[in-house]
Amino acid sequence: MTLRRTAWHRATVVSVAAETATARRIELEVPTWPGNDAGSHVDIRLTAPDGYQATRSYSVASSGPGTRLVLAVDEVADGEVSPFLVRVLAVGDPVEVHGPLGRFFVWTPSADPDPAPVQLVAGGSGVVPLYAMAAAHERSDDGSEFRLLYSVRTPDDVFFRRELAALRRTRVDLVHTRSAPEGDRRPPRRLVREELDRLTLGPALAPRIFVCGSTPFVETVSRWLLEAGHAPAAVRTERFGGSA
Amino acid sequence: MTHLDGNACAGALSDLFGDDVTLALGRCAGCGHDAVLAEVVAYVTAMGTVLRCAPCQAVLAVLVTTASERVVDLTGLSSLRLAAPADGG
Amino acid sequence: MSFINSGFTGRRGRRDERLPPGQTLVEDWPVLSAGPTPQVSTADWTFTITTEDGAEHRWTWDDLTALGIEDVTTDIHCVTHWSKLAMPWRGVPLDAFFADVDTSADYAMAHCHGGYTTNVPLEDLLDGKAWVAVEAEGEPLTPEHGGPARLLVPHLYFWKSAKWLRGLQLMPDNDPGFWEQHGYHLRGDPWQEERYW
Repeated sequence: MTLRRTAWHRATVVSVAAETATARRIELEVPTWPGNDAGSHVDIRLTAPDGYQATRSYSVASSGPGTRLVLAVDEVADGEVSPFLVRVLAVGDPVEVHGPLGRFFVWTPSADPDPAPVQLVAGGSGVVPLYAMAAAHERSDDGSEFRLLYSVRTPDDVFFRRELAALRRTRVDLVHTRSAPEGDRRPPRRLVREELDRLTLGPALAPRIFVCGSTPFVETVSRWLLEAGHAPAAVRTERFGGSA
Repeated sequence: MTHLDGNACAGALSDLFGDDVTLALGRCAGCGHDAVLAEVVAYVTAMGTVLRCAPCQAVLAVLVTTASERVVDLTGLSSLRLAAPADGG
Repeated sequence: MSFINSGFTGRRGRRDERLPPGQTLVEDWPVLSAGPTPQVSTADWTFTITTEDGAEHRWTWDDLTALGIEDVTTDIHCVTHWSKLAMPWRGVPLDAFFADVDTSADYAMAHCHGGYTTNVPLEDLLDGKAWVAVEAEGEPLTPEHGGPARLLVPHLYFWKSAKWLRGLQLMPDNDPGFWEQHGYHLRGDPWQEERYW
């Protein structure tokens, strides 16, 4: 974890693109950005013309030094902030950003000649900080073995599909819960315990594990990991969710 | 609604403390359990944020933003421990 | 540093002149909780009014039913700015419970499973102003909405309508409950916009 002071920043939107049917990839230029570790998040605060404000957290898909931030925002039906970010926000618009946030759920490359392997487990949009970790690992000299198990509703909901397919240094396993690709032998259904055990690095390898997704997903997967024999200290979690 | 974890409060706590404190170790004033703030249970709603001890569910902290001020109650935490800043930090 | 995001409105509902100031109308029923949802069965449920002298009056679920559950159609207003109009509820008026209670106290603290508390002046609970509610929108109250029974005090902000009600402690002073200790108004009249300290 690299120590960087958290602050409020003014950002400008430099690009927007559809990531899936309901999500958008947004690139921000943040001149005062100190850089961020993989796994960090930001709080985005919007202010309406009448002064009404709403703030929501979004994981950052990018990492490292530099002043560019990449976000992948999924639209929450009837949400406060995400519908604006996904449908209305335009190139050139200003955005208030608070960050980098999160020093617990981050991964940084290690200089250790024999580093522990890393297992990433993502549920839905929980893939964003974990993709950031895999991408950081890809660019680094870190020698650890990396795996990503990514549970997603349908093939059309996959975030960073091309980037994930291009990763040479992370093994990616996709599990589809609602509909699967043509020819896939696995019927679409929720991840089950046996699959988690089979597709993840086992406790004998003492991996560092990062789990991110909705609270029910994170708690189920964490429970299974501990039951399988992973040390509690080896498992780090980040829960996503809306609020009223 | 379900709860989140202390990672979700990193921004609110940072506005209060001046920097990200989610790595701080908090001790529950109720049962004495120590937990990294990033891992405590967080109920986040428009009323405010309530942080609770995972094993005993006691309230660790309450954060409310009113029209004019932030009201913060940390009395459920008997201590907060944070690593000393590195040289020059 | 602050600036405007033009085109941003948030999820705010419709303004409506039937609403108190600062409220908007919603069609869903948001759930806001400060802790885990208690699971209480009607078989084990009791409601206790404790006077300022320590005298206890207790009702079981059967006792509550015997007092007479009535239909209540009312508006509700949450301090977080959402309101619902003409919402159907069913419950027992607090007047029915207090018929047998001897007290000179002016205030009550609602105590709930899970530890939530909120203070309400006794005069805001009597004369047809409040109920122990057991149904909403045609269904028994679900646990996430405070079932099996919650306090219903619709003329005050909805945080006063305490979920998972298990008792009322009568008290001489208007001691603050949970949210009242953390920035929220002691009384909470939506028409006076009594939201915060």
